[in-house]
Amino acid sequence: MALRLRSSLSKSNFFNILRYNNLGFGTASQTTRHLRTHDPTTLLRVSQNPITRFCNTMAEKLSSVGEHEDANAQVMDFPGGKVAFTPEIKFISESSKERVPCYRVLDDNGQLITNSHFVQVSEEVAVKMYSDMVTLQIMDNIFYEAQRQGRLSFYATTIGEEAINIASAAALSPQDVIFPQYREPGVLLWRGFTLQEFANQCFGNKSDNGKGRQMPVHYGSNKLNYFTVSATIATQLPNAVGAAYSLKMDKKDACAVTYFGDGGSSEGDFHAALNFAAVMEAPVLFICRNNGWAISTPTSDQFRSDGLVVKGRAYGIRSIRVDGNDALAMYSAVHTAREMAITEERPILIEALTYRVGHHSTSDDSTRYRSADEIEWWNKARNPLSRLRTWIESNGWWSDEEESDLRSRIKKEMLEALRVAEKTEKPNLENMFSDVYDVPPLNLREQERQVRQTIKSYPQDYPSDVPL
Amino acid sequence: MSAILQGAGAGAAAALSPFNSIDSNKLVAHSRSSLSVRSKRYIVAGSDEGTNKSFGSSSLIARRSQPLMIPNAVAATKADTASSSTPSKSGHELLLFEALQEGLEEEMDRDPHVCVMGEDVGHYGGSYKVTKGLADKFGDLRVLDTPICENAFTGMGIGAAMTGLRPVIEGMNMGFLLLAFNQISNNCGMLHYTSGGQFTIPVVIRGPGGVGRQLGAEHSQRLESYFQSIPGIQMVACSTPYNAKGLMKAAIRSENPVILFEHVLLYNLKESIPDEEYICNLEEAEMVRPGEHITILTYSRMRYHAMQAAKTLVNKGYDPEVIDIRSLKPFDLHTIGNSVKKTHRVLIVEECMRTGGIGASLTAAINENFHDYLDAPVMCLSSQDVPTPYAGTLEEWTVVQPAQIVTAVEQLCQ
Repeated sequence: MALRLRSSLSKSNFFNILRYNNLGFGTASQTTRHLRTHDPTTLLRVSQNPITRFCNTMAEKLSSVGEHEDANAQVMDFPGGKVAFTPEIKFISESSKERVPCYRVLDDNGQLITNSHFVQVSEEVAVKMYSDMVTLQIMDNIFYEAQRQGRLSFYATTIGEEAINIASAAALSPQDVIFPQYREPGVLLWRGFTLQEFANQCFGNKSDNGKGRQMPVHYGSNKLNYFTVSATIATQLPNAVGAAYSLKMDKKDACAVTYFGDGGSSEGDFHAALNFAAVMEAPVLFICRNNGWAISTPTSDQFRSDGLVVKGRAYGIRSIRVDGNDALAMYSAVHTAREMAITEERPILIEALTYRVGHHSTSDDSTRYRSADEIEWWNKARNPLSRLRTWIESNGWWSDEEESDLRSRIKKEMLEALRVAEKTEKPNLENMFSDVYDVPPLNLREQERQVRQTIKSYPQDYPSDVPL
Repeated sequence: MSAILQGAGAGAAAALSPFNSIDSNKLVAHSRSSLSVRSKRYIVAGSDEGTNKSFGSSSLIARRSQPLMIPNAVAATKADTASSSTPSKSGHELLLFEALQEGLEEEMDRDPHVCVMGEDVGHYGGSYKVTKGLADKFGDLRVLDTPICENAFTGMGIGAAMTGLRPVIEGMNMGFLLLAFNQISNNCGMLHYTSGGQFTIPVVIRGPGGVGRQLGAEHSQRLESYFQSIPGIQMVACSTPYNAKGLMKAAIRSENPVILFEHVLLYNLKESIPDEEYICNLEEAEMVRPGEHITILTYSRMRYHAMQAAKTLVNKGYDPEVIDIRSLKPFDLHTIGNSVKKTHRVLIVEECMRTGGIGASLTAAINENFHDYLDAPVMCLSSQDVPTPYAGTLEEWTVVQPAQIVTAVEQLCQ
C-alpha cells in the first residue's frame, strides 16, 4: 500500500512529529556496529581489542564530537558513557505535569479532525476493515450466547477492541509473525481464518488446527503466521523478541508483532522483553491494549505510571499513544511503526487506549466491579465501529443497505458454522498422546495402552463423543 | 526418538508390561546380543576411561588443601570387558568443556540456523568456556549475549525456535533456570502439543548444575528433579567428553526441546575422542562396566563415585554392573530392564535429593516394571533433603561417597 499523506503539512513534518527526539546519539547503524552479522574486518578489530567492547559506543561518539569542552559543562566518565553533573540535588518527578497526548484522527462522531495526519487508506481496505469489525462483533455475540446456552464451554469476547484488532492487522503484511495474548482473534480474521475454523477451535473438534487440545479462543495458525495462544500472561513477549531476532538474522522484510493488555505489563516478562528488544535491536512491535481493566483490577491498581507509553523510554524504546477505538489512527500508527521497526531494526511500543466493553470472559460478570452505565456509555458513545462507519459512509463507500446485508449474511454464516462445528466429530483418543514429542516414546505408548485397557473394562464411564 | 527403542518397542513393550507373561530367556538372549553390539561402541569410552582421565588444573579444585577423592575415582577402573578393540587408533585428546564446544561448533558449521544465547556467551566465551571462540567465528548475532533475565532469554529462544532457528540456550548455572521455569514448562514443553503440532520447538537448554566445590546452596542445585515432570521435554546428562560431544550434537539435531545437564566438576575431564563425526543416542543408557551381581544405576558425576566403589568391590570379590543412565527423561528401560533381569539387584546412586529426585522416579519405574525380577528391594542412595552447606566437609557429606556405595552393595548382596 502506498504511503500517501492527507494533510496540509509536509511529509517531513509528519515524520518529525512522530520521530523520537533525536539527542544526537547517532544513527542506528553506528550504534549497532558491534551487533552486525559476521563481518571479518569489524569482528577482527573487535576481537583484537576486547576492551572497547566494554565501553558504550556512544561514549566514543560523544568524545569525538565534543572536543570543545566547556569549563562549566563538566562531564564525568562512567561505564555507559559521559554524564554531565550538577551540584543541585534534584529528583526527576515521578510523573510529568501533562499526560502524554493521544494520537487520534477521527473524532467521537467519526468526523476527520482537521489537520490530522494519517496514512491514507483505499476504499477496498477501509471497507474490508469495517466489514471485518462487524464480523468480529457478530462472531463474538453469537459465541457468547452459545456459551450461555451451554453449547460452548468458555468464550472471551473482544467487544470494544475491534478497531485495535482489525486496523492493526490491516497495517501489517502477511509475513509479520503475530504473538497474541488472547483478545486478538480479529488479526486472524483479517488474515483469512474462516468463521468455520474459529468455531472448530471453540468446539475442539477434529477439524481444529490445534486438534482439540486447548480451550476456546486459543487459536493458532502457522499458515497465517499467528502463533498459538498460550494462556500464560505476557510469556509471548519474550517469544516475540526471539522471533524478531530470527527475522533479523534472516534479513527478512518482516517484523514480529505482539499484543498484551494493561495487566500483562505488570509481568516480569514485559520488562525483560522490552529491555531485550532494545538491546538486541530487534524489529518487534509491542502493542498494548490498555482497556482499563485486568479482570476486576482497574489500571489505577495495576501501575502508577502514566499508562504504558512512558515505560518505553525507560528501556530506550520509541513509543506512541493511540486512540485504540479510532481505526484510522491505529492503522497509521501501526503502519508507520512497522516501517521504522524493519528499516531501522528497532522495537516500537504502541499503547492503544480503549475500553473492555465485554466481561473478561464468560466466567466473569463485570457489573460486580464496575457500573453498567460506564459499560453502556463506552459501547454507545465511543464505539469503534460507528466511528469508522461514519467515515466510510461520508466517502460514499458504504450504505445502510450494505450494512444490513452484511449483518444478516454474517449472522447466517456464523450460525451455520456453529451448527457444523457442533456436529463434527471430536479428535480421537490417539491425539491425547501425539505431539507431546515428535514421535511418541515408549512410556507414552504404554500409557495410551493402559488408558485404552481401562476404557475397555469400563466403557460406560468413557465420553461417547470422543472416538477411540 | 530413537530407532532402537522403536524397533525394540514391540518386544520391549510386551516385556515391560505387567499384564503379559514374559519369555525371559528369550529376552535375555536378545539383550545379550544387542548388548554386545552396543557395548562395542561404548567400550571406546570405557577403555579410554582408564587411561587419560584427569581433572587438569581446575581452579576450583586447586583451592582445597587436603587430598581429593575425586581424582582417584577418575583415574579409576579400566573396563574389564571381553571385547577390547578400540575402533580407531587416531583420536584427539580434549577436556569435557572443549568436547562440548567442539560439538557445538560442528553443529553451527553444519546448520546455519543453530545459534547460541545466554549470559556472557559471546566475546567472554561463557562462564565455563564452552562457547569460547564461537563469537569470533560466527558473529555476535549467532552467539548472542543477553541481559540478565533467564525467563526472557529462554522465552526468546523459544520464539526464535518457532520461527525456524535452533537456539542453544545456556543457563550460567542450572539453578538460574528456575527463573525460566515458566517458559520451559508452559511454552517450551507445551506449545508443540497445544498448537496441534503446527509449531516445533527444537531448542537445547544446557548448563552446569550439581554440587560443586563450595559454591553455596543456590549454586549447587539439581534441576533435573524439578524439571522431570514437565511433559514435552527430554532430559539428558553427560558425563564424559565422548558422550558430552555426542549428546550435544544429538540434542541440537533433535526436533524436541532437550535439556542437557552438565556438571560443574566434570568440565576438566580429559579423554581421547574419535576424530570422525559421531552422535550419541539421546534415549540410550551407557554400559560403563558390565557385571553379574548387582546393577548400579547412576548418571553424571556419581558415575565416577560408582566406578571408584566398583574398584573396591572387585577387590572384595563382587562383580557390579555400572550403567550410566544418561537419558533422564525418558528412562532407557530397555537397557535397565535387561540389566535387572540379569543381576536381580538394583542400587541407584544419584546426586538429587532423596525426595522427588530422579532416583525416586527410577525406583518407581523399576518396581513397577521389573518387580518379578528383583531379589531385593531397590535401594537408592541420594543426597539429603537439605540445602547444600558451604562448609567443605559438610558439603562432602551431602554427596554420596564411594564408601557408602560399597556398603550398600554389600548389604544388597547378602
